[in-house]
Amino acid sequence: MNRRKFLIRTGIGVGVTVGMALLAKAPLRRAIAAFADESPLPYAGTGGVDVWFELTAEGNIILYSPKVEMGQGILQALAQIAAEELEVDWRTIIVKHASSQHGPMDKFSTGGSLSVSGLFNPLRELAATFREMIKENAAAIMKVDASTVRIENGILTSGNQNLTLAQVAAQSKEWKELTAEPKLKSSDQFKVIGKELVRFDLLPKIKGEGIFGIDSTLPNMLFGSVARPPVVGAIFKSASEGKAATMPGVVKVVIEKNFAGVVATSRFEAEQAKRALDIVWDMPAELAQQEKLEALIKVGAGNPVNVQKEGNASKMLWEENVIEAEYFSPFGAHAHMEPNGALADVREDAATIKMSTQVVMMTREEVAEALDIDEEKVNIEPAYLGGGFGRRLHTPHAVEAALMSRAVGKPVHVFWERREEFQNGFLRPATHNTLKAKLDSKGMIEAIEHNTSSGDVAFSSPLLPSFLYGIAGADFGAWRGGLIQYNIPNINTISWRCKLPIETSWWRGLGLLANTFAIESFMDTLANQAKADPLEFRLKHLADTERGNRMKGVLKAVAEKAGWGKQVADGHALGLACSVDVNTPVALIAEIKIVENEIKVVKVTCAIDPGVIVNPDGVKSQCEGAIIMSLSASLFEEVTVKDGVVTPNRFGYYTIAQMRDAPEIDVVLLSTGDTPRGVGEPPMGPIAAAIGNAVFKLTEKRLSRLPLRLS
Amino acid sequence: MKLSFKINNEPKTVDVPDNMPLLWVVRDVLGMKGTKFGCGQAMCGACTLHVNGEAVRSCSYAAKFAEGKNITTIEGLISGDKLHAVQQAWLDEKVPQCGYCQPGFIMATANLLEKIPTPTDEEINDNITNICRCGTYYRVRKAIHRAVELNKVNL
Repeated sequence: MNRRKFLIRTGIGVGVTVGMALLAKAPLRRAIAAFADESPLPYAGTGGVDVWFELTAEGNIILYSPKVEMGQGILQALAQIAAEELEVDWRTIIVKHASSQHGPMDKFSTGGSLSVSGLFNPLRELAATFREMIKENAAAIMKVDASTVRIENGILTSGNQNLTLAQVAAQSKEWKELTAEPKLKSSDQFKVIGKELVRFDLLPKIKGEGIFGIDSTLPNMLFGSVARPPVVGAIFKSASEGKAATMPGVVKVVIEKNFAGVVATSRFEAEQAKRALDIVWDMPAELAQQEKLEALIKVGAGNPVNVQKEGNASKMLWEENVIEAEYFSPFGAHAHMEPNGALADVREDAATIKMSTQVVMMTREEVAEALDIDEEKVNIEPAYLGGGFGRRLHTPHAVEAALMSRAVGKPVHVFWERREEFQNGFLRPATHNTLKAKLDSKGMIEAIEHNTSSGDVAFSSPLLPSFLYGIAGADFGAWRGGLIQYNIPNINTISWRCKLPIETSWWRGLGLLANTFAIESFMDTLANQAKADPLEFRLKHLADTERGNRMKGVLKAVAEKAGWGKQVADGHALGLACSVDVNTPVALIAEIKIVENEIKVVKVTCAIDPGVIVNPDGVKSQCEGAIIMSLSASLFEEVTVKDGVVTPNRFGYYTIAQMRDAPEIDVVLLSTGDTPRGVGEPPMGPIAAAIGNAVFKLTEKRLSRLPLRLS
Repeated sequence: MKLSFKINNEPKTVDVPDNMPLLWVVRDVLGMKGTKFGCGQAMCGACTLHVNGEAVRSCSYAAKFAEGKNITTIEGLISGDKLHAVQQAWLDEKVPQCGYCQPGFIMATANLLEKIPTPTDEEINDNITNICRCGTYYRVRKAIHRAVELNKVNL
């Protein structure tokens, strides 16, 4: 608890609030470290007093979450972590999103599979502190020594007296800062952490009561629609009202410095009228074309940074008997189900924004700057996100909504159309990988070199000030998953940064899918060359270290569960691949068959070791989801660019896995160590290679391009 | 234009622009937010609701066609406190992740089971063509089979 300060104040009719002001300096540098070498990201507070808990008059405890819920189950996980130390029934904890004006808010983002790992210890410390404060007050009320007070399941007891949390809330006159640090439970004492529970947010979502960003309303709300550039690279220059102003339902045509749009009484009318605006676009000198983009992506075209070097791989790989391969992964779309949007209510000197965002504090900064008011005057209220996947790390629509609201003096809800999400959203960059290796006389890899070349991921984001590029070196988002994790004496990994004329960005797992596809397909080729079983080959190349052993653990577990090495049905084959991300190893086995020249994945078995597991079903659910999303990207998804237009630009044509494509999924959970690691992204890594390796087994054909196609 | 219909058994009259899709009438005019907007092109199924007992992708269904008809949305599936069998199965199988597309899946499934009370996997594949980006399909399939069982028990 050193240098953390607790602030206690009486709430307005709700008992007490406990907050903490954290040392919030240098979170970005540490965030980079977290991405780069996978150390846990510490919570980064707003710098002021952050209200984490409120004890209500009814005896419930409100926990304000600094992370947003986008399907990963974080609110449930935080409830379980807090309940563990608070010693209350987890159902009495009401978890709400913090807003930028109330509660702690993560200054960086919700993302990177870092929420549970980053908050696990700070939240337990806070909860334990709050529990001790509650006990002290209960002691004062019961007029006993605090050391005699016990708390269990939310009931405080001393001798034959007992109190409920509601009674403590009602009878507490003041709350004192704790002088001693409370002791945290050891993992063998956990009762709620590790328990398989149904997320509390599922029932309202099943009933249609969950409120997502797009569902936000305010009295007298109007609807805004913004004209977005027709081709990649076009920039707004100027606009005139055209026929839009006189169209049905139109309240006002809003022409700002950077955009033009329409505010109307309905979404439908705003969208119709927007198309009638006369807009002058600054067109790019040359329209973006797929062939040129792919040429720019090639290894050798951009700027190289060496990100991993052991021994002298480059020299050895000039010698004879070098095995080489190259791989390509296409541009991809987030295709999140809830289109982006924001509801803004801008008053004289204050603004409220309700929306789905992964970057609450960054959104606040952008809105404050656009409105030219203090950041403290802007309240960003996150709602449930209808999927995140990295797409909600860019929130220009919050600014658009704010400026439109100011223009009409009423709340305005701005929304994106689906085709705009494709054309004007940020794509997952295409990636080109080349690999070279050499086997020794015993069939062991003695040298390997990996070149990975991709567009900007982390470097595209306003989250990172550009001066940090130098510190970070290469784009750690692009080369994520690109390091060779095997125990090989000579390793060289080079990340090539390509400057593309199209906006690319974060996509679940970042470079993990593309880079693992390349490395793990190549490992299969090498195993084949060494005439070794792919499982044994991998196990032989893993070090006898904590990290190596955890990877061996998931490999063995998945092999056993999937029946690796045993007979499979006629026409079926198993493919194996593994990866490690945010220090969580994952191994997958895909069972496939080929139907009418198309790859059909029948079953996926997955083993993951994320360390301490807070809610086992939450981890399984995230694995299943990541497997389907990455399977979809591996088998179907691709966008290309022609004359500056992103195609396809609608669902259906942009093929996403559906019921028909979903395999049976079996997830094995391992748990080593006493800290939790990330879960949301790690299972995105291995599937493309696992499927490709199974295809090789069936057909002896090595697929080197995503999406995987037999012809 | 003025339109009258019943929604979740309540008669409503609304005055909306010509050709406005039913989805926006339900969401923004009547303020029922359970039915979601996904694509506006009837491709993803997030906006699925029932019109006279038929599953309809309401983003591409002009409201005027609902004149005089009975509409059921996700909010109307529950009876009192009792979840519809499909909703109960969804909860039992812990299907949702972000949850955004789930009302559409639930409405599509409820309609499927009206027509095919015990669907095969192939019939599920053919009829439930909604998109879920979080990738809940494996659990959706389990939940559909579970709902079939719950329906049998309830008979």
